[in-house]
Amino acid sequence: MRYKTMIGLEIHVELMTKTKIFCGCPNDFGGDVNTHCCPVCLGLPGALPVLNKSAVEYAIKAGLAFNSQIATRTRMDRKNYFYPDLVKGYQISQDEIPLCSGGYVEIEKEDGPKKIRLMRIHIEEDTGKSIHTEEADTLLDYNRGGVPLIEIVTYPDMNTPEEARLFLEKLRATLKYIEVSDCKMEEGSLRCDININVIDTQTNTRTNITELKNLNSFKAAVKAMEYEEKRHIALLEAGKNTEGETRRWDEVKNETIVMREKGGVADYRYAPDFDIAPIVIEEEWIDEIRNSLPELPHDKKERFIREYGLPEYDAGVLTQSKELADFYEETNKYAKDPKQVSNWIMGDVLRRLKDEELEIEDLKFGPKDLAHLLELINSGKISNNIGKKVLREMFETGGKPEKIVKERGLIQISDEGELESIVKKVLSENQQSIIDYKNGKDRALGYLIGQVMKATKGKANPQLVNKMVREMIEE
Amino acid sequence: MDITKGTAMEMRERIINKEISARELVKAHMDRIEEMEGKINAFITVTKEEAFKKADLIDAKIKNGEDLGALAGIPIGIKDNIITEGIRTSCGSKMLENFIPPYEATVVDKINKEDGIILGKTNMDEFAMGSSTETSYFGTTKNPLDLERVPGGSSGGSAAAVKSNEVALSLGSDTGGSVRQPASFCGVVGIKPSYGLVSRYGLVSLANSFDQIGVMGRNVKDAALMLQVIVGHDAKDSTSTDMERINYLDDLNEDIRDMKIAVPKEFFEIDMDNRVRENVEKAIKVFEELGGKVEEISLPNSKYGLPTYYILSTAEISSNMSRFDGIRYGYRAKEYNSLDELYMNSRSEAFGKEVKRRIMVGTYALSRDHTEDYYKKALKVRTLIKNELDEAFKKYDIILSPTSPHLPFKIGERINDPVNMYKADCFTILANLAGICALSIPCGYIEGLPVGLQIMGDRYKEIDILKAAYAFELATGGVNNAL
Repeated sequence: MRYKTMIGLEIHVELMTKTKIFCGCPNDFGGDVNTHCCPVCLGLPGALPVLNKSAVEYAIKAGLAFNSQIATRTRMDRKNYFYPDLVKGYQISQDEIPLCSGGYVEIEKEDGPKKIRLMRIHIEEDTGKSIHTEEADTLLDYNRGGVPLIEIVTYPDMNTPEEARLFLEKLRATLKYIEVSDCKMEEGSLRCDININVIDTQTNTRTNITELKNLNSFKAAVKAMEYEEKRHIALLEAGKNTEGETRRWDEVKNETIVMREKGGVADYRYAPDFDIAPIVIEEEWIDEIRNSLPELPHDKKERFIREYGLPEYDAGVLTQSKELADFYEETNKYAKDPKQVSNWIMGDVLRRLKDEELEIEDLKFGPKDLAHLLELINSGKISNNIGKKVLREMFETGGKPEKIVKERGLIQISDEGELESIVKKVLSENQQSIIDYKNGKDRALGYLIGQVMKATKGKANPQLVNKMVREMIEE
Repeated sequence: MDITKGTAMEMRERIINKEISARELVKAHMDRIEEMEGKINAFITVTKEEAFKKADLIDAKIKNGEDLGALAGIPIGIKDNIITEGIRTSCGSKMLENFIPPYEATVVDKINKEDGIILGKTNMDEFAMGSSTETSYFGTTKNPLDLERVPGGSSGGSAAAVKSNEVALSLGSDTGGSVRQPASFCGVVGIKPSYGLVSRYGLVSLANSFDQIGVMGRNVKDAALMLQVIVGHDAKDSTSTDMERINYLDDLNEDIRDMKIAVPKEFFEIDMDNRVRENVEKAIKVFEELGGKVEEISLPNSKYGLPTYYILSTAEISSNMSRFDGIRYGYRAKEYNSLDELYMNSRSEAFGKEVKRRIMVGTYALSRDHTEDYYKKALKVRTLIKNELDEAFKKYDIILSPTSPHLPFKIGERINDPVNMYKADCFTILANLAGICALSIPCGYIEGLPVGLQIMGDRYKEIDILKAAYAFELATGGVNNAL
């Protein structure tokens, strides 16, 4: 490969603490504008920030989950810049001593695992939101101001957009596993900036780094990276170089667009924030947090293989998110066959969710309902195909499988007496097929069975129909 | 006798003994304010209505036989950079000319709980940047002892109000000497507590690693009474210290025999008014006569105090002033065509010269290309100075010096000479750099102008400097030319 792509990420994640990072205001998404505010998070003169211990704890959790070193003594710093959504003219962040340093995230590629190294994870406050109206006014909502954030910075260890995607998926899954963030990109609780450039390994020339911002989904991030990768390579091939600029992804045009020209690097004039007492973290506390960490994705996957006898592939898919893994395990509590549960979740359930761009949390039915559906199938009350039909209805209405089966009269017909007249009718109407079958065309049998199923709206027990059709033709 | 001339302790006594009502006491002081304000301009806002309302509440308490707080009925002035709920807090600036805070500073809460009566908000240098009260947007405060002279600053209004009997006690803030220097210039007692002793919640930050709210009174006991009320840990200020409370009044006595007293020789090598020097030397002798063990010491790093202070404090100022951007509250320029212009015009129009000067200096000191040479180096020197003073306090209880190297100067004399204005802070800034406590007490008069003696003490050893000051005050009969 002549061209080597280098991708580094900066991810901002909102922590789901009860209150904001420096005051007692609720840390909730939504709410009427400017209602989750107080003198502290509005930065009114004289008001002082007091660091929320939970925010530190959540950040340490993330650090431990990503194998980072936790600082035992750190502090908060001021990052000075002017913007209307920034109430104090500086953001309280961390500069020289991040709370967590180093660490890595291991991604599972088709050709094996790869470690993406982290530079640091630090804590900081989120800013308010500017709302630009059509009348060219700017309105400001400070509800988000002071929401605790962690900023995760990676080394440029990702060499393809796909690696970056795998990294982001794994990062999000882990943060959700340890319950420090809901990582909803659409609500802005996970935001990702990308640094990308390309090296021509033959000439050892490299393009200037492009920063990609305002990416509102992983999909958009991947598209933007793919676009940039091509753009960088094309420029290299033409003997040119990129500008070191900031670009954003345009969903409509399907291309990246310059947001900010290359300029002097901003000088944030970092300095310690002496309003906040130095942060001292006892080793015992770190141990306590470490011991409280839930099972992480990798460990869970190993356990699924061991405990449920699942193939590695199944275990991998099912442990992609904590919610999915929990759903699987909960279903198993009421079902008998772990592999069957896995098949159903990985097949019909996930396919449907993907089609509708939903998450497992959005399902209208619960694990117990799925288990009951499987029970109906396993006991022969409904066929596998009817089962799929019932599942579709469960998706839409959230109805209980037993109730759907009953109300729709879907219970499998396993009574020969009841089926006899139908089979007879189908056979009398399809004489040619009988002849074909007798002449050795096996397909004709399938056709006849299909006709019976159709006549019974799929309710007939397929094995029984199969047997009856054969017997009657023989007669 | 005119009740306004009494001490805070006396006023409290007379209220409790029902010799005078709180309303009468407030009335007497309001009359005095009316009489004096035209001459000295110590207040930016007088809260007449609120003060009488509060007085009536206290009188009702007395009538009902309820317990009274430590400041029962005492008229108090609050520096206008301390947040008062529902009462304009301007910081002496056009920027906050119409700023009415929706919350209360912790110290104001405490004063209210102890039944103190706030008569108004006192004048100050703009955002506490200055040593003369001349940078106030609301006009200069005049020294009650000589109306042609400055009262010092930045808490000049608080000092002048106490001196002229407009109030019995006041709060100021001290970042580099802003309580002690005006106390010295006006001939009152001013205390800058150790960093962390008093909650800063509600004090509009000047330089937040230096700022402390301080107190002023006409004698040591009054100042101690006020200090007692405002100290203590506050969950809203993570830099406030959680420690056992000392009762300064109960523990106050004049016995300073065997007190170990240091006099740094470098302090007397500084260019100063010889009359001030002689006066302070005389005062030091008084301490020897009282049984104190006075020794000369050397603080070689103290000479770096001034540049260190001005680099670090302006750096913090440049950041602290950023929130005044004309977006959410405060002054907004009428004319602007872009966001940048909104910022620039609002700040250009509403900040005074001294504020702009310090923002510029601080921004430079913190900028990427200069932070190593200035800001970060100054942080290191600060540690050296702190260590040096810590060492001194291992051997000595207090350190004596003049508060200011010169007498109160004339209005307009130095306002265009910022470096000389800054230099006058050479004695006071050390306590702020090291976070220790210090006070200023009058130690003599030269042609009717007061000289202040500075007594510095170790961190949280306010009781040491109070004792020393109290002993000195008793021995000299209270060097107080009351108005």
